[in-house]
Amino acid sequence: MSSYQAHFKVWRGDAEGGGLQDFQVEVNDGEVVLDIIHRLQATQASDLAVRWNCKAGKCGSCSAEVNGRPRLMCMTRMSVFSREETVTVTPMRTFPVIRDLVTDVSFNYTKAREVPSFVPPKGVPAGEYRMAQQDVERSQEFRKCIECFLCQDTCHVVRDHEENKPAFAGPRFLMRIAELDMHPLDAADETGVNRASSAQDDHGLGYCNITKCCTEVCPEGIHITDNALIPLKERAVDRKYDPLVWLGSKIRRRGQ
Amino acid sequence: MATGTTPTTPASEDRGVRSPGRAAIAAPHLRTDRWWVPPLVTAVGLGIFVVYATWRAFANSHYYAAPYISPFYSPCLASNCVDMKGGADWALFGSWWGLSPALLVLIFPLGFRLTCYYYRKAYYRGIWSSPPACAVAEPHAKYSGETRFPLILQNSHRYFFYLAVIVAGILTYDAVLGFRDAHGNWGHMGLGTLVLLANVALIWAYTVSCHSCRHVIGGKLRHFSKHPVRYRLWGWVGTLTARHMLLAWSSLISVGIADLYVYLVSSGAFDDPRFF
Amino acid sequence: MTNVERHAYDVVVVGAGGAGLRAAIEARERGMRTAVICKSLFGKAHTVMAEGGIAASMGNVNEHDNWQVHFRDTMRGGKFLNHWRMAELHAKEAPDRVWELETWGALFDRTPDGRISQRNFGGHEYPRLAHVGDRTGLELIRTLQQKIVSLQQEDHAETGDYESRLKIFQECTVTRILKDDDRVCGIFGYVRESGRLFVIDAPAVVLATGGIGKSFKVTSNSWEYTGDGHALALLAGAPLINMEFIQFHPTGMVWPPSVKGILVTESVRGDGGVLRNSEGKRFMFGYIPDVFKEKYAQSEEEADGWYADPDRHRRPPELLPRDEVARAINSEVKAGRGTPHGGVFLDVSTRLPAEEIKRRLPSMHHQFKELADVDITAEAMEVGPTCHYMMGGVDVDPDTAAATGVPGLFAAGEVAGGMHGSNRLGGNSLSDLLVFGRRAGVFAAEYAAALAQVDRPAAGEEQIDAAAAEALRPFGTDEAGDAAPGSGGDGPGAAAENPYTLHQELQQVMNDLVGIIRRAPEMAKALEHLADLRERSRHALVEGHRQFNPGWHLAIDLRNMLLVSECVARAALERTESRGGHTRDDHPDMDRTWRKVNLVCELTPGAPEAGTAAVSLRRRPMDAIRPDLLALFERDELLKYLTDEELDA
Repeated sequence: MSSYQAHFKVWRGDAEGGGLQDFQVEVNDGEVVLDIIHRLQATQASDLAVRWNCKAGKCGSCSAEVNGRPRLMCMTRMSVFSREETVTVTPMRTFPVIRDLVTDVSFNYTKAREVPSFVPPKGVPAGEYRMAQQDVERSQEFRKCIECFLCQDTCHVVRDHEENKPAFAGPRFLMRIAELDMHPLDAADETGVNRASSAQDDHGLGYCNITKCCTEVCPEGIHITDNALIPLKERAVDRKYDPLVWLGSKIRRRGQ
Repeated sequence: MATGTTPTTPASEDRGVRSPGRAAIAAPHLRTDRWWVPPLVTAVGLGIFVVYATWRAFANSHYYAAPYISPFYSPCLASNCVDMKGGADWALFGSWWGLSPALLVLIFPLGFRLTCYYYRKAYYRGIWSSPPACAVAEPHAKYSGETRFPLILQNSHRYFFYLAVIVAGILTYDAVLGFRDAHGNWGHMGLGTLVLLANVALIWAYTVSCHSCRHVIGGKLRHFSKHPVRYRLWGWVGTLTARHMLLAWSSLISVGIADLYVYLVSSGAFDDPRFF
Repeated sequence: MTNVERHAYDVVVVGAGGAGLRAAIEARERGMRTAVICKSLFGKAHTVMAEGGIAASMGNVNEHDNWQVHFRDTMRGGKFLNHWRMAELHAKEAPDRVWELETWGALFDRTPDGRISQRNFGGHEYPRLAHVGDRTGLELIRTLQQKIVSLQQEDHAETGDYESRLKIFQECTVTRILKDDDRVCGIFGYVRESGRLFVIDAPAVVLATGGIGKSFKVTSNSWEYTGDGHALALLAGAPLINMEFIQFHPTGMVWPPSVKGILVTESVRGDGGVLRNSEGKRFMFGYIPDVFKEKYAQSEEEADGWYADPDRHRRPPELLPRDEVARAINSEVKAGRGTPHGGVFLDVSTRLPAEEIKRRLPSMHHQFKELADVDITAEAMEVGPTCHYMMGGVDVDPDTAAATGVPGLFAAGEVAGGMHGSNRLGGNSLSDLLVFGRRAGVFAAEYAAALAQVDRPAAGEEQIDAAAAEALRPFGTDEAGDAAPGSGGDGPGAAAENPYTLHQELQQVMNDLVGIIRRAPEMAKALEHLADLRERSRHALVEGHRQFNPGWHLAIDLRNMLLVSECVARAALERTESRGGHTRDDHPDMDRTWRKVNLVCELTPGAPEAGTAAVSLRRRPMDAIRPDLLALFERDELLKYLTDEELDA
């Protein structure tokens, strides 16, 4: 139960430029990085821009990079750092910066719109949906996503290659496709959309080289790679690279 | 192929994390932990195995010490193998093959492991540095992932899985043959038997924990509730899949040890302790 | 003339939580061009924090459940101060609103026969809450968000523009509702990111801004909960009701200090968690009030039997309505039987196997592990009351969600008053959002559609200039406020005030003087403090420029928090009884004559001026409950709430 003075470096600036600024700031028992950023706001830098909402790891607003690692500031306890350690906080480095720790995450909202929505089954009225628990569980895991976009931030496909942004939906939205593909009642197939092959053709699934950084940073502990991306790749193989399936569809097309 | 594990090559001024519009930070990464240790360990580990396996695969000797067969040389598909007394010794390739018979079989486990979802992660990170570690800038100017030839061939993993099941079956047969003595009489056992058993158990665990296996067993289903048996199998495979990395390394080490054991016994450097 | 961006829509929804998004979906589906304004990013609204579930009498788990039972539970929970018509509509329509979510892709937990599973919750007679583990709010917000994306995809297919009919204005704050005479004609706001000011001309505005918790120090609410909608309605001339009723959730985290107040879901108790004091005693048995005596177990054996066999056991007292449990915890701590950090123990570790706890309460497990380093499968949690929900709000027409006295203004969700009476049952919030969010959307769309384009009101320049000057005032007297830091206060000699300091003082005042247990002299003192803070807030000054400047945002939000806090303090001082979320130490009993009265807060004309009351209060009799609804209760029970004359009428 004691407080101490910590050394912080916080990136300040905007799209025009900026840099790391040093602060000495009080830290108390049980605090998280976001508490310290708030203390800076209240005492030393009232215009320090930061996004946050729930402060309990449920809304995914306070995403940033702490000592170079993508993290939720509200879930990064100060006790994981030694008292002598300098704590460096920067905005997410994959998205354009707006100001200080706030970035323009519109990339993600654009990608969200590109994924075809849930298609309700025809002829099943509301209230008559019947689904078994074991059939919804896979998609439920992905629906735990709080859209903090840390997986999008850490993914080297777009982090290190701006030019891939138009073609690549990112782990969060590939996982969304997997979620819908595993939804027990989604009727996209009947509208002519195969979600797995469109993941490969339209959403850049092939860019993913399953290096698992998305899984490592996920604050919800979702097994993005093992449970969403790899199964989606396998489903794409079913559709696109399985010679038997390929032959079958050729023959069927001939027959028509 | 860039093989550096510590990409000190600075990204050029305006790409990656330094693209225009992003927060102006010169450093390619700000990680303060020892992030370079895991890719380094991976690269060294894989390197050691590759060197050892290359030597042993081309050696074309000391792969049989009755009743033990090195997993590198089984099944033997060429006719230039030593007689393995009831082992998987099928000279499918006839006598024209003059190189080491290991090369004919090793391509299957090699293909299985090269296209394996875990090993892909391991060598993309450890050897190709793409990325070297999470949020550490990679040294390449362009990246197309697995969208094009040759890496699009990674999608063939499931076919290597089918072949790997056959290979694992044969290795199981070899392990069973280990319950004979040097003359082919049943009901005996030695330290080598245990080595082969442990290896084949790990090979099976690694093979079954494969992501493609998980998909084929049940992952491709939409309604688990209609396939209760496959659902249960999928659950079991899933528990193994979660340990795929561990199994990948332990089976890699065990297969090396099993081969080394046969080599030592066969070359006379070590005498196989017989239990009964 | 101020230079502002100007847009035009048919319906503007202020707030993008459950109610706002549901209203927007409805308005857009009825052909209205709709704008949604949210203070945060799209999908981050406070609704994500709701954990337990959505109350709807689908009867999937216990077939005896129906809307009448739900209605009864809601009225009892609200101590009969609810607007009966809202409670009726809510109970009747909630199941359809839940089922509709499934057609939009929601995945609730299932029963063995494949229907939506329902769980027990405080105050609900049957298992009634549709849920997804303990992250139901997230599922709700994500489903609505994805439905909006799906509508935008339809519009894109048709018009080539995703935002042609439904646009989300992210990270924007509304500071004024614009009016043309009596009628609403739009909103004035600013973009948080850039500080740009904007106006949206629209004949119909739906308020769905949520609650006021950020006026209190210990709260489960996020920074957005600054009472914006309450204040906007007041300033637009609409009255607020029931502002004295604030729900303190009994179980918030008490340690570490930085997360004090963060919610511990009621499902912990619904799934078997029990409350113990420092002596290890399950103290709730000593706090069952007379009105609930028949419904709750009197012994631990009986209570424990209920989880497995609810038909032959009465429910455990840990599941009493939230106000009762919060007061009980408060009393235990005051009597010196609290935990080291000033709460009580909530223990589920000795009640369920570890695996079961992780499966049923995953986010609680995660939350305690990450934030407090406590493993709830092995040790007890420390919990205490936290400011959670505002029962009071904009006085609305029960059927149309239209605000009283301001044509074109609608309100739904937490910002609307009446539905929950003096206390809200857990799970009734999410269903409230959906039922009345939809209704607000329906009637806002109808209202807007009925006005011919030519007949639409528009805001005059004068009003816009005044709103702009008000918004930029924290930068100093220099009206542009573009880049220059503030140069001084309103008047010479007034010291510049730090908005963060003012906010902390306000939170302390409300927490200490108008908190969970209230006394007349303390509230009188609170009113003095509030008047002082209001005066000082006129000199709140901020540094820096307009681009994403949190100090400026807070300075603007302070106006709303102060207005709303004054309503709370005035109404709480006036109501000399204890009922639901309003507990008076000096008037500990419930008084049947007070049940017939709503306290209505209105803006005092000319206010806010220094030294004068910004809001004034009047009493208004409540509508008599419709006889067929009264007939759903036993007369004996009604006698506890209603006066003899009401019963005999």
